[in-house]
Amino acid sequence: MTAISPTLPNHFRAVLSANQIRPASAADAVCGMQPQLLLEPSTEQQLASALRLADESQLAVLPRGGGSKLGWGNAPSRADLLLSTARLCRILEHAWADLTVTVEAGCTIETLQQTLAEHGQRLALDPLWPEKATVGGMLSTNDSGALRLRFGALRDLILGVTIALPDGTLASSGGKVVKNVAGYDLPKLVTGALGTLGVITRAVFRLHPLPRHSRSFTISVSNPEEAQNIILAIQDSQLAHVALQSQFTSDASPLIDILFEGTEAGLDAQASQFRALCKSAKSTQLQSEPRHGANPKQRAWNARQDLWSFSNPAENAIAKISVLPADLARAAELIGPIAESSRVNWKFLLHATGLGWLRVEGPADNLHRALTILRAELEKIGGSLAVLHRPANMQTFDAWGFSGDSLPLMRAVKSHLDPSGTLNPGRFVGGI
Amino acid sequence: MGQAGLMEGRREVRALDLGLLNEFGSIVGKRGLICSPEELHTYECDGLTNFRVLPGAVLLPSSTEQVQSVVRLCHREKIPFVARGSGTGLSGGALPVANGIVLSLARMNRIHEVDLPNARVVVEPGVINLDVTGRVASQDYFYAPDPSSQSVCSIGGNVAENAGGAHCLKYGFTTTHVLGLEVVLPDGSLVHLGGKTLDTPGYDLAGVFVGSEGTLGVATKIILRIVKRPACVRTLLAAFPTTNEAGAAVSGIIAAGMLPAAIEMMDKLAIQAAEAAVHANYPDCGGLLLVELDGPLAEVEALMTQVDEICRSNGAWEIRVAQSEAERALVWKGRKAAFAAVGRISPNYIVQDGVIPRTALPQVMGEIARLSRESGLRVANVFHAGDGNLHPLVLYDRRIQGQEDAALALSFKILELCIAAGGSITGEHGVGEEKKCMMSKMFAEPDLATMQRVRCAFDPLQLSNPTKVFPAPRLCGEKPGEYVAHPVESAGLAERF
Repeated sequence: MTAISPTLPNHFRAVLSANQIRPASAADAVCGMQPQLLLEPSTEQQLASALRLADESQLAVLPRGGGSKLGWGNAPSRADLLLSTARLCRILEHAWADLTVTVEAGCTIETLQQTLAEHGQRLALDPLWPEKATVGGMLSTNDSGALRLRFGALRDLILGVTIALPDGTLASSGGKVVKNVAGYDLPKLVTGALGTLGVITRAVFRLHPLPRHSRSFTISVSNPEEAQNIILAIQDSQLAHVALQSQFTSDASPLIDILFEGTEAGLDAQASQFRALCKSAKSTQLQSEPRHGANPKQRAWNARQDLWSFSNPAENAIAKISVLPADLARAAELIGPIAESSRVNWKFLLHATGLGWLRVEGPADNLHRALTILRAELEKIGGSLAVLHRPANMQTFDAWGFSGDSLPLMRAVKSHLDPSGTLNPGRFVGGI
Repeated sequence: MGQAGLMEGRREVRALDLGLLNEFGSIVGKRGLICSPEELHTYECDGLTNFRVLPGAVLLPSSTEQVQSVVRLCHREKIPFVARGSGTGLSGGALPVANGIVLSLARMNRIHEVDLPNARVVVEPGVINLDVTGRVASQDYFYAPDPSSQSVCSIGGNVAENAGGAHCLKYGFTTTHVLGLEVVLPDGSLVHLGGKTLDTPGYDLAGVFVGSEGTLGVATKIILRIVKRPACVRTLLAAFPTTNEAGAAVSGIIAAGMLPAAIEMMDKLAIQAAEAAVHANYPDCGGLLLVELDGPLAEVEALMTQVDEICRSNGAWEIRVAQSEAERALVWKGRKAAFAAVGRISPNYIVQDGVIPRTALPQVMGEIARLSRESGLRVANVFHAGDGNLHPLVLYDRRIQGQEDAALALSFKILELCIAAGGSITGEHGVGEEKKCMMSKMFAEPDLATMQRVRCAFDPLQLSNPTKVFPAPRLCGEKPGEYVAHPVESAGLAERF
């Protein structure tokens, strides 16, 4: 921890007012690292200036939005300053007739969605903890949910971005229109970059209409093979589902959840098609008929967030997994035996896109063993495993895993945008 | 036809000596090396034919290893190189650097892998766009980005430009469908960006590479995502008194919460041209809308009824719904012929590629009409109303003195209108050579400087297509030329869109 000169808070008085600077408290610690100061700029310019001052003073800066995902990535190697976007929270423009919105990074997802809903629109993403998570944090962690299947990932929904670089530059790229190929696609560069290349200050998103009606179904199957057969059959059909996932756990039958949106007539037709597909795809063993809920905000579509509702953080770990869609059964069949031999309980949710989230529960050493073996096995089949939550006392385990042969190139990009390593040092892949 | 002096301020590239040519030849083989002046002329331009530069040599590697060796040699000798796909680009992206290398990927045209259960196809950069769909069509899959040149343009070129097509609003662009790339960096090293699985650890460098117009390296393998064909497609044609009413109908469709697969608009002049060229039998009106919906049958039919109502309530006086694939093709025929068709009603034309927010259409069209009146030049307009991509076709006759310069100036003024309306200078053709001068109008200095920093991380010596995209100290439209149809157009293989 860099010893901060007592005059430093005054140093920042050049760009921020007194009530935007305060000493950090124990509650502001990140992965066991205690920053000393918290800054809350209220404009992009203030944020950029404060960041520049920090960079010049060789301080390590951790950007913070809602603070809901600060534990993702590795622990910072240094942590001097928290740079909060809490006061950069305005919705700057909702161009509803153009289906775009420009919003500051500190706006919560829930606030944004409520405003968009006034014109019957939405940001077609379902990130974690929308009441707390901010636009900047959601982008920086690349957090999105099951709607990705139909509407794309954050990289597909972001049209433009403004970032503050450690040298004080405020740089914008992309634009406000859906179709734009002028210049480099820097919005994609900062998506998922964990704030290590710049602090996002605003973003422009493309929007979608809110669905008129939705219908959700859940079926249970006997084993991962059957789950895979049905899921691949659905993907190969001409159903226009918007979300599709499977849930596995050590002590219950696998479940498949599917979500449809559209007109009543359209939904009726799709429901029949779906039932017919299930009938023909299943084994001769009769399973339960699809249950459907009128309210799709049911258990099934909160399953991802529910993984985090454990009581003891010291005995739980959560990982994000990526495999090929047709490796669904393989992934589920890898996890079971590894979890068993490591003596941990487990729960696994896998979207039809191949992205999944795993919770393992048990003593820290057992969790470490399970994750180590599982990551190795997944990487063998071209997949990946990233740790999002782990016990504080778990043995060292890199959050990201293998980053491939482009790591030197990633380092080069980092060194050009953040030469002093001011932003979130050590948190990203390869220790960036 | 003058040679564009493109090195302005940069170091001059000395002519390739025999030793170097032999070295290149030993990498790609005799048949992979073109250095005779007559043959080099074939590569002096792409689809933007008013800029022509002779390269020092053209190389046609047939493997990733050969590409690496070529690039390593360029790196060693500080020779700039420009990668080229099918040469159909409309912004001069494949324009050579004088005395530099053109690296043609035409020989690398294998489809390596087709993985239907995972909906992924792995291809070499020289594979033709439509051939990807061709390979998976029997299983009812298709490769979604569909630029009008798709029967001749290459995937590598699509990657460079982040090519779109008529169905972008619903299906996205090239970057939406590229999951990973094998790339030869400008120092000859090989990297893998992204991959077959989603969210590979690290920065989304694949996302930065797509659309970088060949300035960050050369893609030698591309992992593409393919999509299942929708159950049904319905196409509707609606005739309006003017483009303003047509635009209002589009806004109505969006406000009703619908997301069509495509929405196209043509003005009176564009319709007349289409009629003259292919007898599309469009209604003679001031504004024509083509709306396409796809998805499950019941859903599409329900929505189509609403589209019909919205069009009528906005003043549509004739509506046709295509009932068969043949009728659908007919409806699209006129729209796809629009560019080539203006050649029937004007000796020359310049096409631009601006983007505006949809709601700005009436105002921008009004401004274009004013500029047209003031300059005395007609402008036909074709508009991807779904995504805001405007293609104004500025008509002129180069035989009349001053008209060519006036036409060029008008086309760039229209781009300024697009910027002022909050849009972009290019929706699909790329910045390339043609629109470098406009980058400073669209982006502020810090924005361009930041992009340059990223470029330096990939290409510190600035060898990879170094003269494109970023502004150089030169006036716009300095070297105008007459519109000359690209050979593939004359051969009837492709149309400008």
